[in-house]
Amino acid sequence: MTQPEAMTDDLIRSGPLAGKRGLILGLANNRSIAWGIAKAARDAGAELAFTFQGESLGKRVRPLAAELGGVVVGHCDVTDAASLDAVFGEIERSWGKLDFVVHCVAFSDKDELTGRYVNTTAENFSNTLLISCYSFTAIAQRAEPLMRDGGSLLTLTYYGAEKWMPHYNVMGVAKAALEASVRYLAADLGEKNIRVNAISAGPIKTLAASGIGDFRYILKWNEYNAPLRRSVSIEEVGESAVFLLSPMSRGVTGEILHVDAGYHIVGMKNPAAPDMGALGKE
Amino acid sequence: MSDVAERVKKIVIEHLGVDADKVVDNANFIEDLGADSLDTVELVMAFEEEFSVEIPDDAAETIVTVGDAVNFLEKATAA
Repeated sequence: MTQPEAMTDDLIRSGPLAGKRGLILGLANNRSIAWGIAKAARDAGAELAFTFQGESLGKRVRPLAAELGGVVVGHCDVTDAASLDAVFGEIERSWGKLDFVVHCVAFSDKDELTGRYVNTTAENFSNTLLISCYSFTAIAQRAEPLMRDGGSLLTLTYYGAEKWMPHYNVMGVAKAALEASVRYLAADLGEKNIRVNAISAGPIKTLAASGIGDFRYILKWNEYNAPLRRSVSIEEVGESAVFLLSPMSRGVTGEILHVDAGYHIVGMKNPAAPDMGALGKE
Repeated sequence: MSDVAERVKKIVIEHLGVDADKVVDNANFIEDLGADSLDTVELVMAFEEEFSVEIPDDAAETIVTVGDAVNFLEKATAA
């Protein structure tokens, strides 16, 4: 019989992220994509730190962080420069350096994630872009000086950035800007060997996804029409994230990696896929 | 107690970490069982998974007590 603990110890010494220290922002619960990435990064040997926004998420993040032997830096409001400064200040004090950051943060008014994009308000547009796009740049600014040995910055995006998706609306526009910022950040930080990439995950039923209208229909459509004929799991996104966070991808930057069972190459409905009638019904 | 009620109560007890004797039909998730707004979303997701059904947003908003959840899921799984 193998001993799981001994195996974990071995990986922490020899896994692809052995000796690496990373900060993960945006963990909410055990369905979060951030959780899939955190678990896979830990299994690959990384030491992890987490932030949360507000106490209702804090009480969820603490036990999950403990499960992975990680530390909770504290509350972080990505729209507040002082809050971000405090988090990175704490990372510098306790670790002295940083090897990777995983950004799994997005927000929009739920009322504008249904119906028509054209009705987006200026206020929600600004807020959505600030939280879902600019926060990654704000994090890159603060991570850069701590990544003395190079590093890897990773964010999450969705195909709704590239093509129209029902109800994704202003979030699609924010993700398009986020993907563009991945490229601009990659160019800026490349000379310091800091790589910047994104994973474009297929739809996964997370807390965040519960805010998107007709999500189940979108999920089902993907399952029927993706080349692999299924959806993806947070574990699969996690393992692809380990690739982008580790030296295995040392020649890769500015990349949007689709972990979506291949859905992004599809041009139209597969004739063999079932018809889906009314929204959400099979 | 019906099978559905038993499964619902098990999920509520585990998710909210409350005593089984508090999880009665008229217990309100937020007022009586200490759930916050994220808990209510997570509970709906857990019910959907356990019973392989879809609970649309407008239906989810009407599920405020344990009994509401049992009634909804008994109807949904009987269909």
